[in-house]
Amino acid sequence: MQPEDSKLERLFLSGDEAVALAALDANVRLGTGYPGTPSTEILETFEKLGGHAQWAPNEKVAIEVGIGAAFAGARALVTMKHVGLNVAADPLFTVAYTGVEGALIVVSADDPGMASSQNEQDNRRYAVAAGVPMLEPSDSQEVYDFTLRAIEISERWHIPVLFRMTTRVCHSKSVVERGAAIPAARPAHFAHDIRSRVMIPAYARPAHRRLREKLAQIAEWNEASELNVLTPGSAELGIITSGICYQHVREALPAASVLKLGMTYPLPVELMRKFASSVERCLVIEEGDPYLVEGARMAEIAVESAPGMYRFGELNVPRVRRIVEGDLSPEAKPVPGKPPELCPGCPHRTVFTALKHLDCYVAGDIGCYSLGVLPPFEAMDSLVCMGAAIGVGLGMRHVLPPEEAKRVVSVLGDSTFVHSGITGLVEMIYNPPPTGHVLLILDNGTTAMTGLQEHPGTGRTLEHASTGKVVFENLVRALGVRNVFVVDPTTDPATFEELVRSALEKPELSVIIARRNCLLAAKSIREYERCNEQQVSGD
Amino acid sequence: MNSRSVVTNSAVTNIVVAGLGGQGVLKASDILAEVAFLSGLDVKKSEIHGMSQRGGSVSSDVRFGPRVFSPMVPEGEANYLLVTQEDQVAVNVCLLAKDGVLVRPSQVEQDRLQNQKSLNIALLGVLSHRLPFPEESWKAAIRRHLPEALHEVNLQAFALGRGAKDR
Repeated sequence: MQPEDSKLERLFLSGDEAVALAALDANVRLGTGYPGTPSTEILETFEKLGGHAQWAPNEKVAIEVGIGAAFAGARALVTMKHVGLNVAADPLFTVAYTGVEGALIVVSADDPGMASSQNEQDNRRYAVAAGVPMLEPSDSQEVYDFTLRAIEISERWHIPVLFRMTTRVCHSKSVVERGAAIPAARPAHFAHDIRSRVMIPAYARPAHRRLREKLAQIAEWNEASELNVLTPGSAELGIITSGICYQHVREALPAASVLKLGMTYPLPVELMRKFASSVERCLVIEEGDPYLVEGARMAEIAVESAPGMYRFGELNVPRVRRIVEGDLSPEAKPVPGKPPELCPGCPHRTVFTALKHLDCYVAGDIGCYSLGVLPPFEAMDSLVCMGAAIGVGLGMRHVLPPEEAKRVVSVLGDSTFVHSGITGLVEMIYNPPPTGHVLLILDNGTTAMTGLQEHPGTGRTLEHASTGKVVFENLVRALGVRNVFVVDPTTDPATFEELVRSALEKPELSVIIARRNCLLAAKSIREYERCNEQQVSGD
Repeated sequence: MNSRSVVTNSAVTNIVVAGLGGQGVLKASDILAEVAFLSGLDVKKSEIHGMSQRGGSVSSDVRFGPRVFSPMVPEGEANYLLVTQEDQVAVNVCLLAKDGVLVRPSQVEQDRLQNQKSLNIALLGVLSHRLPFPEESWKAAIRRHLPEALHEVNLQAFALGRGAKDR
């Protein structure tokens, strides 16, 4: 699948598409991840281009599968949104110690400004905490080029690489010239290396020392790396920046000197020091946490940081101008547009109408149904992270007086249930509250919010082919829940409401699976089922 | 001044396409960006996916010129604002430059559209005769971005918009 010659093909791609194309051009053997805005299109595109891509039940499993592929000498790509890396953090911290034989590229798609997320955590902190090198591209061309460089770095130092993108890099389209130097891939092969990969304390202690040695080498290499680019300009004002902010800076401050960092962990501190001393005023412009600022100051490089108000939300050209001018005046609030809402006829509408009517305390979760918090329903009382509905609901039940405890219901979607609700369900069975509990799984047959992706509960793969299926009611019954109901809430809303009411009354555990395909997905689901049935009958 | 500093943004054209989820805002901006791309210019396009797709407000920025840096159109710097629903004009008009041009549904004879869903393409038609790209590029981009069954109705919508007099 290599390009035929070195001729540059000119393309117009989103950052997500550029990762996928580079992965294809570099012979990445396996792409895996969990859908999450703004990362979802990477694996979808990789599959469309002919790559082997698959959805994992969650990000932790995805990265573990990627680790296995990279242990076996292959190139692996693992994608997730920023909060997904919290789920995947456990394996990430230790694969930094073990290292890899092939390449392991972990894409973290951060969401400053929270266009579609529950927080705006800055995952550059993870590179430091785990001890993995990190690249930050600023447009689609750099995404393409840096993906290839990340693979080289991963293989050269046998270390996973964190590829940190942000919403505007993932979802903006820009021109890409394809066909940069592509490192050759080796065939997959497993060779025993017990001391490197079995992290019992005796082997992990030297592994940690090896990691620090690698990072020291990479830091030295990064001082002269082409990943960092200096744009000479005015001696009065110098800007240190990375990622999308570079683009805003070049537009807002065409005369400034700019040091753009492509590899932001380990930081090229001597390069930064030299740059800072070459200008009268050295200002760091970055989105999110003062990560580069702190890195510079730890190395005793005098830099100016943006006022605290610019830590919140995305940066853009006008905000960069304000930062340079030290403008602390309140910023104009954007005119509110029309908020999103549950689609007309969405089955979730029936559910939230019932929960509101029953005056429930609703421990909610992440998906389209999060919109149940907005008018006219306003029927959700908490949303923390994927799968939290169950644990949070149980905690409330344990401490509330019985009359209140009986109003608590946990609500989460099908994909979210698979992602991290199953362990919550085990907790519910293991530590049941005295009043019992009610779990509502809103099974609309797809991962709707991120754009209708498959998951293990649909029984179809990323490319919609038939595969093993996790049947929720079988799983729930097998775990020991006796009151299991599978209903279409839209058939008779009054009956559905009565079912929830009676479950809340019982001091027992109940799981209600509200099953009705998402309106947006229903037609495609019928088509996939028809195709897959034909294939089976044709065998 | 350093030679690189000569590249200023005055040569960049800024266009914002705005409306509600489901109205083809992103499709229209994809077609527009492709037309600019085919002309050989530097192009960037930016949008926010996700929650906004559930019927909420959606907007997408397209910028083209000799060199484009930020993918986002700064507020008050849009040369053109294309809005797919009249009641979204007020929400977005702050994006428009003082001498910017607004393209809105009332500029299209909507009762002549074969399919009301083609309004986004008709509005591109209105915009198109103000931009320096050949009509064939527009048609090619429309064909590339829409399924074949929708080509005729959308090409007709484009022609309707392109033929509309400024009102």
